[in-house]
Formats: sequence, structure tokens, C-alpha cells
Amino acid sequence: MQRTVSPSHALCILALALLALAPVHANTTDIRMGYIQWVPDQGPVLSNIIPEPHDAGLRGAELAVQDNNSTGRFLQQNYSLETVITDSDAQAMQALSTLLDRGIKLIIVNVPAATLRDMAAAADGQALLFNAGAKDDALRTEECSSAVVHTIASYAMLTDALAQWLSSRRWNEIFLITGPTAEDRQWANGFRRASKRFNLDIVADKPWTFDADLRRTASRELPLFTQGAAYDAVVVADVRGDFGEYVPYNTWLPRPVIGTQGLTPVTWHRVVEAWGAAQLQSRFRDLAGRGMNDLDYAGWVAVRSIGEAVTRAGSPAAADVRRYILSEQFQLDGFKGRKLSYRTWNGQLRQPVPLVHPRALVAQTPIEGFLHPATNLDTLGYDAPESRCEISQ
Amino acid sequence: MNQKLKSLVLSALVSIATPVWAEMAYISNEKDNTLSVIDLASMAVVDTIDVGKRPRGILLSKDKNTLYICASDDDTVQVMDLATRKVVDTLPSGEDPEQFALHPNDRHLYIANEDDDITTVVDVKTKEVLAQIPVGVEPEGMAVSPDGRWAVNTSETTSMLHWINTETFEIEKNIVVGQRPRHVEFSEDSKIAWASAEIGGTVHIIDVDTLEEINVLNFKIRGVNQDRVQPVGIELTSDGRYAFVALGPSNHVAVVDAQTYEVLDYLLVGSRVWQLDLNADQSILLTTNGVSGDVSVIDVADLKVVKSIKVGRYPWGVVIAPSS
Repeated sequence: MQRTVSPSHALCILALALLALAPVHANTTDIRMGYIQWVPDQGPVLSNIIPEPHDAGLRGAELAVQDNNSTGRFLQQNYSLETVITDSDAQAMQALSTLLDRGIKLIIVNVPAATLRDMAAAADGQALLFNAGAKDDALRTEECSSAVVHTIASYAMLTDALAQWLSSRRWNEIFLITGPTAEDRQWANGFRRASKRFNLDIVADKPWTFDADLRRTASRELPLFTQGAAYDAVVVADVRGDFGEYVPYNTWLPRPVIGTQGLTPVTWHRVVEAWGAAQLQSRFRDLAGRGMNDLDYAGWVAVRSIGEAVTRAGSPAAADVRRYILSEQFQLDGFKGRKLSYRTWNGQLRQPVPLVHPRALVAQTPIEGFLHPATNLDTLGYDAPESRCEISQ
Repeated sequence: MNQKLKSLVLSALVSIATPVWAEMAYISNEKDNTLSVIDLASMAVVDTIDVGKRPRGILLSKDKNTLYICASDDDTVQVMDLATRKVVDTLPSGEDPEQFALHPNDRHLYIANEDDDITTVVDVKTKEVLAQIPVGVEPEGMAVSPDGRWAVNTSETTSMLHWINTETFEIEKNIVVGQRPRHVEFSEDSKIAWASAEIGGTVHIIDVDTLEEINVLNFKIRGVNQDRVQPVGIELTSDGRYAFVALGPSNHVAVVDAQTYEVLDYLLVGSRVWQLDLNADQSILLTTNGVSGDVSVIDVADLKVVKSIKVGRYPWGVVIAPSS
């Protein structure tokens, strides 16, 4: 802990020094934003060796506030973030109404899909919410809200990325293992859809039903579990990280394990370093004292989107920010080698999806050769004709 | 007879003169912590020199005897004596120096400190830090106008050009350009500045007298996805005829008419082309190609790519100097 404190102090001092250096202008624009987090407890998991950070998402948003303010001091803009970490759905809803009452209309939310639906209804017409946590496809296909845009990649985007890569490697025969939670089933459904789109063959589709402690028995149970079919790769759907870490090297056939463990498709990961990302990663590490993950990136890119829209559209009003973000003019450098923009039909951020293993980037998707009439970034996730949403109307 | 003798003498002179006028290209290999040295006469790598960690921007002193190297991960600028090819000194640079530019006075070095949102000005003779100027997020490109009046820094995440008065070390103007501005190049007469925006896909032409944007260039290459057209390095011929723009992962260099701003041609080079440099008589242009790990050689008279030379991993900067 000691180590995380001193760099952040140094940053505060630097920030103060910069404020002092900035010319004082009476007509500074204040852009007040909110951040609401409600992350339900995942329950006990088998592979609990490397704990997930509790401030994932928030620290990314905080970094982007710094980035926006560094730009803002040349433009007389001052960005601030009001943070509310909550322990229940009810608290999160209460936090939203408090922020709205206080006039904060640009809010980053890291909450489950069910909470987000209620928040969207409450915010509709007066605020813009940035979904930086929920990957559920339904939020992008049937239950879209004109009050919400999504910076985190959806399950469909992640699984399309994986399927494209499998297809490009011609590893077409897949052994799919699906965990017991609703998220696992959503992830697996995404992959089943992707396998049809990219012509993969799921030769075995088995639910994970064991409840033994695999740390002791993985080497005995998993070879038997993965016996019986000929396959090129094992795809695991274990979103919370319960049993999936024990699948690699324990399969009947010597095949790679990918999906939610092994090689994984992610919105962001600390191993991404090309396209200037090394600078973003080191700024984040200085701030948070740890690597930057997908939730941090979703928070960062949300606040940066606000900064870009306010600067280019010249107004901090939620309606103006929303209009600019969903317009053709909007473009953002998100350290992924492509300009990022939002899909006008469902508000999803278009973005490349890196495929990583814990220590390196394996591939960046969309893979070259998968074509699309508008932009090949739309080969990932639900395209306009596949989504029933039309939020920009 | 007389005529023949003359030409004989001339050709003898030329063959003697070649080694004297030979030129060497220095390439910084970002992932190898080395410089590759290419002899332009043989077009081959003749030496590989160990330098500091993550070498990126490199530049030549005005007297052409010294090479300055940004060793980004060592947080220092190394000073190499080209006669001996040894690092003889280091300069205080601020953290994570990436690109830099030398004032015509051959003393004031302007360094972009990418991690600190600062431009550092160092006197290379006294090693004194003259100023640290707060700029936008991720300062990257640096240029000083040939007349010495302006230093320009690009900040990538802020998408701005910061115009620094070289007398006062203060920012006098900020110009918002396309996403991720990477590089600035001045025309020989200091009247026009060219600025590339990598993610925006544009090159912005700035009139230096008024500090206003007067043109924006776009690039379109047949069969290449528009998002892959990412302008980075820019090199101008001193006769004002051409601008060469490295277009990153589109693997092409654009040839632009520097008077009309019309794109004349696209030349296919190696993968992810980053930086460019012309030799002394401007007959040869070299490009560093980061992903393919090589250098492309462009014949400027024919506007043709004539050779590619394998160097180290992630070649970043290129400087051509007279052989010493």
C-alpha cells in the first residue's frame, strides 16, 4: 500500500503545480461527471489465487479526468468526478437520483444489467449514462435506451473476436465447456452465435457440473471430461473464473484452451502496448499501482469520450454531448490503432478487441480479411441489421 | 583528345571523391536497444551499436559531428560522437524522452517528455535545464522553425499543437488538430508548418505568420482500409517541391506537391512506416518500417522504392550523416 500512496501524492502535487501555472480565466467551463459502482459479490471461486482489484473501472475514469484536465487547462475546461461506491441495487439507484438532483448529468456506471435497465429508465431524457461494466448482449439488441452508450465490449463482440481468430487459424472443430452461471450461459450463447457466423463446428457442447476441488483432481477429472470427440481447441465459458484456470494442460487431446481462460478476448489488458498504449499503461500504473484491466479501460474511454465531445461540440450539456458522440464527426484515439466511434443504432463503442494470454498479446481483431461494407470493426458484435435498436432516432 | 583527358580526370576524381562524400544512415531500433549503421554507398548495414534502453528519436547536431539519442526507458538523452561511434555523454532529459528538436543555435534542445506532459529545454553545452514547459497529455512531436523563432510540440491525447516562443519559453498559441498529432515539419523558409495526425488520418498545413490552419490533407489508397491510413513522419525537400508523408500501417509513403498540396503518388514500402530522412543532395529518401524491421530506400528522382534493408527490431528514427 505504501508504494501506491507516494506516486499519487506526487501526482497531486504535480496537478496543483499545473493548476497554478495555468492562466486564470473567469469563464472556465465546469464539467461535472459522476461514477456509480455496484458490483455484486461473485461468490466463492476455486481459482482464487490472484484476487481481482476492487477499484477496477474507477481508477480508469480517474485517469481520464486527469487527461481531460491536462487538455482542459488550455481550453478553460475543468473536469471533476463524483464517485459513489455502493453495496446494493437500491443504493445504486439512490446514488443516481442524488447525482441527477445535483445537476450531474454525465454518469459512468459499472453496475449489473438489471440495475442499468432501471437506471436508464430513471435517467431517460435528462442524462447520459456510460455503461462501463455490463457486457450483456440484450442491452445492445432489444433493450436499448437512448440514455445509455456502452464503452465495455459486449459478449457478442468478444466471442466474435475469438471465432474470427479460430477461423483464421482454421481451428474449426470446437469442444465447448459452459459453466453454471447466467453469465457463463450468455458468454456461451455468444460463442454459439459467433461459431455460426464464422463457420466453426462445435463438436462437443458440455455443461460444467462438477463441484469437486479441481486443484486436487483436475489432472484426473478433466482428461476424462474432454474425451470422446476430435477437436482443434477447447473453448471455456467461465466468466467469474471458477474452474476454467484448471482446464489448460489437462485436456484429453493436446489442444489449446481459450475463451474466458487461457487465450481470452478482452476490451483491454495490461499486455497491450502497441499504438502508444505503453504510455497509457504507465500513466495508469503510476496512478493505481497495478495493471489496467478491461473495466478500467471502459471507465477511461467513457470520460475521454466526454472530454472529446465537450471540446469539439463546445458544450457540456448531456444532450449536446450525446448528439456529438453519436454523430459521424466523433472520433477518439483509444490506443488501439484505430479511431474509435459509437454505433448509432445501439450506442456501443466500436473498437478492436485484443486477444491475450496472461503475459502477451496474441492477436488484435478484427482480423484482416473479414470484410464489412462500412467498417470491419462492425464484424464484431451485433451489426445494425441484427439489432432491433435505433437509439439515434 | 583534350576532352577525353578531361573526362578521364573527372571520373578519376569522382571515384576518389566517393569515399570522402560517403554518407551513413543511423537507425534507432526501439526493441533492440541498438543503432544500425547503413553505408549509403553499399546500401548495407556496416555496424550495430549498443545504446540506451528503448531508443526512439535521434537527431544530428548542426555541425553534423554529434548524434543525440532519446533513450526513453533510461530517461536520458545520449550524446554519441560520430567519429568514434561511442556514447560520450548524457544529457538531463526529463522522464521518458521520445522526440526532440535542436534550435539553429546548436545549443537549445527541446525534448518532449511523453510520460510527464512537459517539454524540457536543455542547453547541450552546459547541460543546464533552461525550462520545463507544461503541455498537453503525451507530448510527442517536436520541431523548431529554421529561423529559430518557434518551437512546436504536439500532444497526442490532447490533439494540440503547442507553439512555444523560443525567447520566453512560453506557449503563445494552441491549435487543435486531428486525433493523435505525431510530427511537425517546417518548410525551409519557416513560413509553413506541416503536422500529421495519426488517428485522425490527416495532415494539417499551418501558416506560420498568422498561426492559422490553411489546409487539411486527406489520403486515400486503393485497396487499403481508410483506418489504416495513419500519417506519422513528414520530410520536405528543400527546393519546396515535394513533401513525403509516412502513412504507418497502410505501408505507403505519400508524395505530395508541396505547393499545391495535391497528393501525387503513393509508394509501397515496408510494414508500419514511421519516420523518414533525405540524404544531403536529396536524391535518396530512407524510411523506417517498424513492424517489418527494415528500411526502404526511395529514389527521389524516379519516385521509386529501389531496395529494402533489414535492420533491428522496431526501427524508429533515421538520420543520414556524412561519413566521418
